[in-house]
Amino acid sequence: MDKRQAETAEKQMVEGAAEAKFVTRGVHVFYGEKEAIKGVDLTIYNNEVTALIGPSGCGKSTYLRCLNRMNDTVESARVTGSILLDGTDIYDKKVDVVQLRARVGMVFQKPNPFPKSIYENVAYGPKIHGLASKKADVDAIVETSLKKAGLWNEVSDRLDTQGTALSGGQQQRLCIARAIAVSPEVILMDEPCSALDPIATARVEELIDELRENYAIVIVTHSMQQAARVSQKTAFFHLGDIVEHGQTEQIFTNPREERTRDYITGRFG
Amino acid sequence: MTDASTAKAYFQSEAAAKLVRKRYAAERRFRFYGMAMIAVAMFFLAVLFYTIISGGIMGFQTTSIKVPVPLTAESLGVEQGATPEQLRDIGGFKLTKIARNALYTQLGIADAEKPLKSQADKLLSNGIDTQLREILQNDPAIVGSTVDVWLLAHGAVDPFVKGQIDRNLPEDQRLLNNQQLAWVDRLEKDGRLELQFNSGLFTNGASADPELAGVAVALIGSLFIMILVVAAALPIGVGAAVYLEEFAPRNRFTDLVEVNINNLAAVPSIVFGILGLAIFINFMHLPRSAPIVGGLVLSLMTLPTVIIATRAALGAVPPSIKEAALGVGASKMQAVFHHILPLAMPGILTGLIIGLARALGETAPLIMIGMVAAVFEVPSSPFDPATALPVQIYMWAGMPERGFVALTSAAIIILLVFLLTMNATAVVLRKRFERRW
Repeated sequence: MDKRQAETAEKQMVEGAAEAKFVTRGVHVFYGEKEAIKGVDLTIYNNEVTALIGPSGCGKSTYLRCLNRMNDTVESARVTGSILLDGTDIYDKKVDVVQLRARVGMVFQKPNPFPKSIYENVAYGPKIHGLASKKADVDAIVETSLKKAGLWNEVSDRLDTQGTALSGGQQQRLCIARAIAVSPEVILMDEPCSALDPIATARVEELIDELRENYAIVIVTHSMQQAARVSQKTAFFHLGDIVEHGQTEQIFTNPREERTRDYITGRFG
Repeated sequence: MTDASTAKAYFQSEAAAKLVRKRYAAERRFRFYGMAMIAVAMFFLAVLFYTIISGGIMGFQTTSIKVPVPLTAESLGVEQGATPEQLRDIGGFKLTKIARNALYTQLGIADAEKPLKSQADKLLSNGIDTQLREILQNDPAIVGSTVDVWLLAHGAVDPFVKGQIDRNLPEDQRLLNNQQLAWVDRLEKDGRLELQFNSGLFTNGASADPELAGVAVALIGSLFIMILVVAAALPIGVGAAVYLEEFAPRNRFTDLVEVNINNLAAVPSIVFGILGLAIFINFMHLPRSAPIVGGLVLSLMTLPTVIIATRAALGAVPPSIKEAALGVGASKMQAVFHHILPLAMPGILTGLIIGLARALGETAPLIMIGMVAAVFEVPSSPFDPATALPVQIYMWAGMPERGFVALTSAAIIILLVFLLTMNATAVVLRKRFERRW
């Protein structure tokens, strides 16, 4: 994609509406000598779901993990370029990574509740960030978070059972509740439905659509149908670069690039 | 013919059937080896337990002789109504004489028969003065009356009563001569000589007389040492492992540290004893023979085990848990201490059990730091001289008197019970930490 094209795509996205939440320019990620991401420019907007699609190993998860600096935990990883969250570079030395992760929550591929009670799972984040100290306040946060995650009705009478005792789909919604309990602004989801059955997947997708009202959501997915169903914007990654990005509808109905067309029609990847 | 039909024909052939039979036979053979090995192991375990228990059970009993002892104020050299303090100060010689006289009367030995009297003296333990003194102190009011006292028999009498020495040996090869044996038989027939529970085993310290020797000093010494090992090795070991596993940068230096920790786990324990002697005693001037030094030395020895087990346990916690914690904005330290460490706790405790069990059974380094001394006083703090159970067993095993054979086995039983109690505690703790996910 040449520069002119990128600009038009960008313009088109801006016209789409909302204010930009994340603006990333020229993001490179290196694992040792290997360049995993080769200069990604992407803007993520408030109140929208942005889907990152592409074949395995194309760098979409790596890019996602740059947005809350989860890559910091990988010793050999090095990130260059600018990633601005509300205009502030999150890789700036002055930015506290703990606070950043409270603002940018994350839901992982495999449901990973803590092996503690449902209540503890949700209350943990607010407690360590000091969002609530009194029992009643924590209770309220737990309740609203579980309600937002659509899990309250199923678990309200057994908050002290182990989070790991829930079904896979419930566990993933518990993880979403845990992420929103610290009132983040952005939620990153790394293939959140890949370990779930179709019914649980539908339930989580519904939830993503509801959450869009209050958060900017970035979702990595292998399922083109899922991207088409839940997202407003889509970015297609290939070999560490963005091949094409824009309105989801346009990407799936009228892709500009040959490679995008091949991928979404299932000819490679 | 297609490949599929060739394969089908092959699977129906005799050759294939033979292969299947061979496979089953191999599996049966392996099962048999397994069961045979378990049976052999069980047999030897049974032999071991039989030897220790049958030998040790005697150590829990000791021979006593019941004699009416006249505790007159005159013979004691005190006034009627003496205080416990005054009774405490009565000379041991006086008390021994009172007890011996009581025995002479019991055996009907006339006052003039000196050789017979000295032979009768050998039936009673050297500790009878202490025994009488305790009785007097516990109840000062008995001064002036005659009381039946179970006096400890001499260590030479004990093996005959227990049937451990053949009484048909020639007289000059026995510790008891014919006259003494006759007395023993007579007392036994009168119900004045019997095997009683050896409470001294748990309350006495070192002694050259088997009937007076006990494991109290060693038991308390071992207890102090174990407490010190848990208090020192667990926090330091877990801290070191957490740092190395989760925080330390991976470079050549940390690799070197890691290799050295693994090597330390294989260093002969006596080397730790020399280290303890050089550092804790010669350099830091901590008291010799004290559990504080023993505990520190064995902590050093246990550390590598705890560190290695902790690192393995930390590594076995699924990384998704750490990601989950970091994902909601926990700091690295919070992620480790709130989530990873509790999940690693069962593995850490397993490592601790292995380390403690090894430390409890260790003799060589304790000998290096002087815990092999004969200590009579039960230690009241880790800074007092003491020994440890395995050292006590080692010392008793080298004693010439017949009575120490049973005592050695008894001490081994006590050591095993100590070990099992300790392990059971750790297992219960581990169960409480075990969670599924």
